[in-house]
Amino acid sequence: MKRVALLGMPNTGKSTLFNRLTGAHAKVGNWPGLTVELLSAKLLVGDQMVQLVDLPGIYDMHGFSDDEKVVTTFLSTQTTDLLVVLLNTSQLDRQLNFVHQVMQQDIPVLFVMNMVDEAQKLGIHVDAKGLSAQLGVPICLLSAKYGQGMEQLLPAMRQVLNATSPSRPFADDASHVEKAFAQCISVPSQASHALTESLDRVLLHPWFGLPIFFAVMLLVFQGVFAIGKPLQDATAWVLNEGRTLLLEPWMATWPPVIQGLLLDGLYNGLSTVASFVPLIVLFFVFMGIVEDTGYLSRAAYLMDALMSRFGLDGRSFVMLLMGFGCNVPALMGTRVIRSKGLRYLTMLVIPFSLCSARMQVFVFFIAALFTATQAPWVLFSLYVMSLLMAMLTSVLFKNRYVNNDAFILEMPPYRFPTARQIALRGWQEVRHFLHRASRFIVIGVLLVWVLTNFPIGVNAGSIDSWAGQMGQFMAPILSPLGISAELTIALIFGFVAKEIVIGSLAVIHGQEGQLLVDTITSHLSWIQAYSFMLFVLIYTPCVSTIATIRNETKSLWFTALSVVWPLCVAWCVSFVFFETATYFVRA
Amino acid sequence: MSNTFQPDTNATTLRTLEGLRVGESARIVALNVEADLSKRFSALGLRPGNWVRVLRSASLGGPMHLRIGTTELILRRHEARSIALAP
Repeated sequence: MKRVALLGMPNTGKSTLFNRLTGAHAKVGNWPGLTVELLSAKLLVGDQMVQLVDLPGIYDMHGFSDDEKVVTTFLSTQTTDLLVVLLNTSQLDRQLNFVHQVMQQDIPVLFVMNMVDEAQKLGIHVDAKGLSAQLGVPICLLSAKYGQGMEQLLPAMRQVLNATSPSRPFADDASHVEKAFAQCISVPSQASHALTESLDRVLLHPWFGLPIFFAVMLLVFQGVFAIGKPLQDATAWVLNEGRTLLLEPWMATWPPVIQGLLLDGLYNGLSTVASFVPLIVLFFVFMGIVEDTGYLSRAAYLMDALMSRFGLDGRSFVMLLMGFGCNVPALMGTRVIRSKGLRYLTMLVIPFSLCSARMQVFVFFIAALFTATQAPWVLFSLYVMSLLMAMLTSVLFKNRYVNNDAFILEMPPYRFPTARQIALRGWQEVRHFLHRASRFIVIGVLLVWVLTNFPIGVNAGSIDSWAGQMGQFMAPILSPLGISAELTIALIFGFVAKEIVIGSLAVIHGQEGQLLVDTITSHLSWIQAYSFMLFVLIYTPCVSTIATIRNETKSLWFTALSVVWPLCVAWCVSFVFFETATYFVRA
Repeated sequence: MSNTFQPDTNATTLRTLEGLRVGESARIVALNVEADLSKRFSALGLRPGNWVRVLRSASLGGPMHLRIGTTELILRRHEARSIALAP
């Protein structure tokens, strides 16, 4: 099968084009000799199936960064039949050197001039035919986001792939490339995005910029809550009805152990976790919209001065924000940071980001123990705690992991995500959840059921069960934090994945939905619950995070540090909170 | 386009991007940074011969918001100090 690689500078719309071409069927895969995983998918070009690979975005073909090494290693070790090179049509002047470098590779090239919609708005005119003739390279002018001009791409790819003797580009000297672009591209002298300029005047204001940013974030969280909570309740109701109306009558004649395992173990556990899916998807969609508009680069600009005092920079802050969705992609996103010190420091603080899986736990406990007016503020306090812990860690470790990287970041114009992009993101989140569910959550909730129901004959979840004994064993460490035996079990399993925490509580108590909420309310004080939430917030997020840190750093020592340090902080913070709050309530 | 630079012996007389005020434009003459960073600067439009304009500057000594042609970017003052401008 022939292989086609997508290449381009960062922010040229590579993933948008990749998604546009392949739908949502991409697979992440390992490549021999490469240290990172690359996205690839099968694509039908004319009458032949080809493999399309998405290479990391790079600025230079001869650079020394990790991403640049990945690209050069890939191109020298994997046979590639066609390089599809993306260019941002509205910023061609700064990409000419890259264009020249790409044309000197011994691989057939096809240029995709992307973002033609933005270029048109700026009044930029491109003579694609003339340029193509002068360079000896086929060129497609298109917008991957809106689909304009997409119909030329596959035929153009097919033509190059089927050519018996591919024509060599005329790329012997750089001045020829510059001359060709100068002749065929006309840029008006005063080209700027009017809307972006007026928005930036407000959103990047020296005094109001930061308050506006925090207000926007608060609004996003409030919005997720306001829309997501009713959806979550509805899902929980449907799943509960499904149990009582369908599953229970159907399984009535089955042996009690099997019934217990399937209904109280698997179904209760999974459905409690599943009821949170609408909330999580909504959260990712909202965060995705914020990301796609280009506001995150503005956040980096606004926060950099503050972050530099903690040994971090604006990009670290953006990664922390991304971590609010899921820590794993945020950790991988630190690859753009070239200073090892800064990259390690950022990776040490990202796991404190309150990810969506932890949000599930908090939403559940907050709904059970706080009033509806208190709820958003309690959740907000946890987000503040999350940032505080990250900053504390950063201050303590900044002299060990020193930042010596330059801070330079592209500031894209504001863009509005299309409905298609938003829907795709939502779908990818659902898929991601199903993937995790099949790996960790099913095994986790089943294991919890076994531990709480064995040895045979014990009352489910009682002190005599295996789980109860584990809880007893841990009691000296966790009871000073107000964390009960049941919650201890949940914490132990939460180490694997935070989605299991609520699922395992459902299994331990043998209840789901409103009944589970009522049981929790009658068992716990708000102080105990908040102490538990603090612990869940700060200690290890999940096994995937640890595996990612290990993968990205190849350092066992650093991985151990990133597990042990948060565990110690979690214990101290919960201890101080629980003892102080208890003291004041008594007084 | 050459990205090589001549280390300047009397750097005090040289105008750098850090000193450029909001709203002002100037032509870049040299990048006093190491080769790898110079490649990245060039790829984002910061290279000798180009005109750069300061759109705004973040408070508390934060980064500068720049425009070169149709590209906008943010750069810390520390890095801006190593970009020499035509007088």
